[in-house]
Amino acid sequence: MSVPYAKLPRWVDYGLIPLINLIVAFAVAGLVVLLVGESPLRAAAIMVEGAFGRGQNIAYTLFYATSFIFTGLAVAVAFHGGLFNIGGEGQAYVGGLGVVLVALNLDGVFPWWVNFPLAVIGAGLAGALWALIPAYLQAKRGSHIVITTIMFNFIAASLMVYLLVDVLKPLGQMAPQTRAFAEGAQLPKLNWIIELFGAKIRSAPFNISFLLALLAAFGVWVLIWRTKLGYEIRTQGHSPKAARYAGIGEARIIIITMMISGALAGMMALNPVMGAQNRLQLDFVTGAGFVGIAVALMGRSHPVGIVPAAILFGMLYQGGAEIAFEMPAISRDMIVVIQGLVILFAGALEHMFRPAIQTFFASLGAGRSSVSPNEGRA
Amino acid sequence: MEFFATLITVLDSTVRLSIPLLLAALAGLYSERAGIFDIGLEGKMLAGAFAAGAAAYITGSAWAGFGMAVLVAVALALVHGFASITHRGNQIVSGVAINFIAAGSTIILGQAWFSQGGRTPTVGGDARFNEITLPGADAVRDVPILGPIYSNLISGHSILVYLAFLMVPFTWWVLYRTRFGLRLRAVGENPAAVDTAGISVPWLRYRAVICTGVLSGAAGAYLALAMNAGFVKDMTAGRGYIALAALIFAKWKPVPVMFACLLFGFLDALSIRLQGTPLPLVGRVPVQFMQALPYILTVILLAGFIGKAIPPRAGGVPYVKER
Repeated sequence: MSVPYAKLPRWVDYGLIPLINLIVAFAVAGLVVLLVGESPLRAAAIMVEGAFGRGQNIAYTLFYATSFIFTGLAVAVAFHGGLFNIGGEGQAYVGGLGVVLVALNLDGVFPWWVNFPLAVIGAGLAGALWALIPAYLQAKRGSHIVITTIMFNFIAASLMVYLLVDVLKPLGQMAPQTRAFAEGAQLPKLNWIIELFGAKIRSAPFNISFLLALLAAFGVWVLIWRTKLGYEIRTQGHSPKAARYAGIGEARIIIITMMISGALAGMMALNPVMGAQNRLQLDFVTGAGFVGIAVALMGRSHPVGIVPAAILFGMLYQGGAEIAFEMPAISRDMIVVIQGLVILFAGALEHMFRPAIQTFFASLGAGRSSVSPNEGRA
Repeated sequence: MEFFATLITVLDSTVRLSIPLLLAALAGLYSERAGIFDIGLEGKMLAGAFAAGAAAYITGSAWAGFGMAVLVAVALALVHGFASITHRGNQIVSGVAINFIAAGSTIILGQAWFSQGGRTPTVGGDARFNEITLPGADAVRDVPILGPIYSNLISGHSILVYLAFLMVPFTWWVLYRTRFGLRLRAVGENPAAVDTAGISVPWLRYRAVICTGVLSGAAGAYLALAMNAGFVKDMTAGRGYIALAALIFAKWKPVPVMFACLLFGFLDALSIRLQGTPLPLVGRVPVQFMQALPYILTVILLAGFIGKAIPPRAGGVPYVKER
């Protein structure tokens, strides 16, 4: 497919255009706030205050961001392989099962620093296996991965309800959740890092899986841009024909890419399950898998973009809770709207402002060519 | 006779449950046949259902609700068209965006306007599409076999059910017997050829997504005003995706689409019917499994038994005019 647009300077491509798209998305979200009868400016002020106002709030923002880094990376890895993994929600949910298998069996046996790596493996494995079936079906039977992963989200939800209600719930307890984990399966908090800067934190679930998320971000960068496998994934995503010509096994790449993606989504479960609630609860994912789509698009599928995008959405989650408290008309569901708008403007409409910007830059320097030859699009 | 009565009940709910799928799948048919993939059927249906519930409550008229549903769904379809036709964006991404926007904004607006936790107030009487008793339905009720089939299965549905079934031959006629339909199919296979013939590709595709909007709005109106008595949040519950699966299963052809939707509706009706009843050989099946059954079957159907589903060749690819 030919690229129907001329080249622009890198900073415009990776900085200015995404920024403009983001601003437009938030402006439209502001219109929704207006429609509900509240002031968008006041809502924005409450949100920023609620997300960064005190150390406590920053810790919560980063706690949410941790989940979104994992799910954002999951979507991004799949994007690089030309696959759209909408199943992050289900993969994360099933990932919780991997965490809980380790936690419930070993929490009284080993200290956390032994259980943590085991739980990482458990979560990753569970998520990867949940992604394996849609991947296999796409690779071997040609069933559309978007639809199968959506179906697997629904199936995961039913499966987890069944397991929590009929299998994992301790006897004599009403709520569909597992027993609380012992000390050995509780992740240490990172709140002291924020306290170093002089803030006081009563209690916040910001925990060590944040570091794992950053490590995963670095790992994804190495994988995609510094390994042979990553090169094959990108080739497959960019041009399946070229990949086939180069002898890259299409089915193999689809399956491996989706399993890596599923593993990353599954690891998201560590953060809420072992880091915050210390038990497996119903619906603990709370839409983080879907937020990953917006995060990946906003971050242009690059870890350097994904981490700040995840923090921005962490801010929306934490600040959004404060808005819901102060403005009862605006519930947490506002996040879903913003998410949709970000996906629309940063994803589907990413080229909307490009012609205008191109004309602008062309008029700036008619003589100076702004083409850099090896510029690709993420 | 007991079995027969049960069968009629299950088939009756099959019809009811397959209508939203049928309308949504036919909606998708127009768009996808023109080369625009539409994963946003779910969102358009949901927004349509909300608009229908809200407008029917305010005006007290089901048809006003229907009109509003169509209007809102067409507006969202045009957003999808704007992104994927005019700006050549990724069609899947655009559809996903529309699903999220619809899911979030229906709850926010519903809560702000009606304060019932994201629902619209319950409507009744003329604000709903009520069941129509076909002439003679009561008279033949006692005739064995044919009586119950006519009076329970064929009669006693809302007007939208009959309209939906009429849409199947109508869509077939539009697609295969009109100039618009020929061009629609052509633009989904080879837009360059259509362009060479001097026909505007964007305008043709825009008309296709408008058709999609109208039908998905109708599906939403059916959900809110015929199947239920008002809008409930997330009431589409994945039906848009199942409709999409039915569309693929039926290889993008109108009449097979109807049978595919009836099949999915039947499975849904059966799973509701069988909830809690022990089955022979397997015993009591967990209720969650029955709930997941339509999704599992969708995956199985997509995986194995459709043969090769070949989508419209230009589907999902934005058209770039040569210059």
